[in-house]
This record gives sequence, C-alpha cells and structure tokens, in this order.
Amino acid sequence: MRALVIDDSRAMRRIVGGILEGFGYEVVPAGHGREALDVMEGGFVPDLACVDWNMPVMDGLQYVSAVRSNPAWRSVTLMMVTTESEHGQIVKALAAGAHEYVIKPFTADAIRDKLALLGLLPEEVTA
Amino acid sequence: MTLTATSFDWVRQLVHRESAIVLAPGKEYLVEARLLPIAQKMGLPGVHELVEQVRLRPDLSTNRRIVEALTTNETSWFRDGDPFTALTSTVMPALLAARGPSERLQIWSAACSSGQEPYTIAMLLSDALPGAASRVSITATDLSREMVERTRAGRFSQLEVNRGLPAPMLVRHFTRAGNEWEIAPALRRMVTASECNLAGPLPRLGTFDVVYLRNVLIYFDLRTKQDILRRVRQLMRPDGWLFLGAAETTLGVDDTWERVVVGRSSAYRPVRGA
Repeated sequence: MRALVIDDSRAMRRIVGGILEGFGYEVVPAGHGREALDVMEGGFVPDLACVDWNMPVMDGLQYVSAVRSNPAWRSVTLMMVTTESEHGQIVKALAAGAHEYVIKPFTADAIRDKLALLGLLPEEVTA
Repeated sequence: MTLTATSFDWVRQLVHRESAIVLAPGKEYLVEARLLPIAQKMGLPGVHELVEQVRLRPDLSTNRRIVEALTTNETSWFRDGDPFTALTSTVMPALLAARGPSERLQIWSAACSSGQEPYTIAMLLSDALPGAASRVSITATDLSREMVERTRAGRFSQLEVNRGLPAPMLVRHFTRAGNEWEIAPALRRMVTASECNLAGPLPRLGTFDVVYLRNVLIYFDLRTKQDILRRVRQLMRPDGWLFLGAAETTLGVDDTWERVVVGRSSAYRPVRGA
C-alpha cells in the first residue's frame, strides 16, 4: 500500500506518516497540494492520500478537487486530516470528493478505524 | 506509593463482588491507570492511598466509582463492522418477513458504554431500512450510571466521533453543540438507556429480537458466562439473534445456542426446544 501525506507541518507529516508506516504503508510526504500533484504526475499514485486543509500554494480542498477531476486517479482514496471541524466544512470536503474526514487532534486508533472503514487496513493489521 | 498486593486484592474482590468481573493477576497496571484519576480528584497522592482510605472508611459512592472505572471499556462506532452489516443485510430482512406488519422489533445493546453501539444501530437502520426504523426500539444498558447518562445525552466529543464513525454519517446524523457533536433527536428517541448489571438477576427489559452482547463475556469466569447467557436467552424471542464479540463464543460454554454464519460474522440463535 502506498500513501501520500500532505501537510505543511513537518511534525504532522511525521506523525501521520509514522502511523501509516506502522500499518505497512510506503509513505511519501508533501508540503502542499501542488507538491503532491507533482509527485503523482511523476508516477507515484497512492492508494491513500491524507490531506490537510489549510496549506500554502494549494490547499487541501483544491487538491481534492484536482485529483477528482482526473479519471486516471479515480482509485486514490482521499482522507482529510485537518483542524477544520465545522459541520459545513466537512460537508464541503465530502462534496468535493473526499472519502473520509479526521479532525485534529486524533489518535493512532482513529486513523486505524478510518482505514478499516475504507478497506485500507492490511489483513495482517486487521487480524 | 505503588499498589501493594493487599490493595490490589481488595480491589479485585470489590470488582468481583459488584460486577462478577474477574481482574486477573497481572492487571495491577490497569488498576493503577484507571484509579489514579479518581485518587487525584479526591486530593490523594496515589492509588494505594485511595484504596487504603475506602478500606478503612467504607464509602459506597467511591466503591461505585472504582468499579465503574475498572469495568468501562473503550468503544468506537461500527466496532468490528461485520455484526452491523449482518443486521441490515440478513437479520432485519428475516425478522421483518417473520413478523406482522405492525409488530414492533426490539434490539438490546447489552453493554452500551457511552452509546456508540446503540446509535450505530439506529443510524444504520435509519439509512438502510427507513421504513422499518420506526418499528424498532433499541434498549441500551450498561453497568455504569455515568455511561447510561452519557448514552441518554447522545453527545460525543471530537475524539469520539473520530473513532470509526464514517464522515457521511457524521454530517447526516449529528449537529455541532459547542465542542461536542449531538445525535439527531429522531435517533435519540429510538434508544432507551438504563443501568443493568448483567451478572445479577436481569430486570424485565423486554423481549428481544436481536441482542448485541459484545466484548462482555471475556471478562467473566465460566460459571458467570453460563448464567449471563441463560438469563439473556430468557429475554429473547425463540427465533432471536445474539451477537457476541469477535473473541467470544457460546461453544464450550452453553450448548443451547446454535452458531450460524451471517456474511462475515457469526451469530448465535437459541436451539429449539432446549
């Protein structure tokens, strides 16, 4: 399994990336949406992208819309991981094409639960 | 001061007497972790001092807090999702076909903790079988008064809604209430919560079509497991369905249940004539 962790906070990239690596993911970090699109255009198409909302250059919502508008990236599962916690914001992200939404702060168990919901938790972790 | 063997043994006996739950040797860490917040709230330096205080000056309210702290377990939405999938794909269609059109269906969430399980069931039924949801009553019980009150309130913290609740369901069935999320009133009305100690005689809670008794039996000795299963069966319809936790079974415990495979899950049904 491959994952992109997109967040302008290095600490947060390390935390989310570390959790995913613990589940056996190969993780590539990106500091904003544009950088993540560059990585994908370069051939690294992930199974999962964990996406912060507020980032410089290209924010998370713009990134989600860009991924959803490209049929070649239809298989990518998009999960927002953000401090934005208003009801309307979650609705907006889902409408743009995000599959799941985790509100910061979160625990490793929260990520694990969401991956299980999405069918993205490897069998050996589920067992 | 850390927990002494005498203090641990006193806590073990208290928990077993009040709930029949067995705290095995080696669970000292659990007692330390769960009771430290109570000690701190009472202005005591540690768990040892807390236990010494209630041993020397018995206090029913503190005893209750100790038992609740050690018997309340972590929970999440859609925990081990398969028993919920089985409800809407197999169990409810079978029950709806077997019952009269105006007959009510009763579901029991027998260790509801803070309410995630009964409200998971309510949301699923409301989404998958909206026509039938109005015929369903969900009884939620827990040993802990605090958990029952939390279930009645139907309010959950940010950390709690992060735990396994699909985002589309969060926005469809909850509204923000300050720092918390509140379940929709229509779903809250489906759920009735009350205190219930499964290890003692059960009150007449209802006659249930489906019982979720998950991750409960693992805490009890064999004799208590048998007693609980017998009492639960007495509150079930003869063609009812029982869901246990993934690590639990009636096999080798009580042979009056038949195990059936439902999708990727297992359910247990009373053996006819047993």
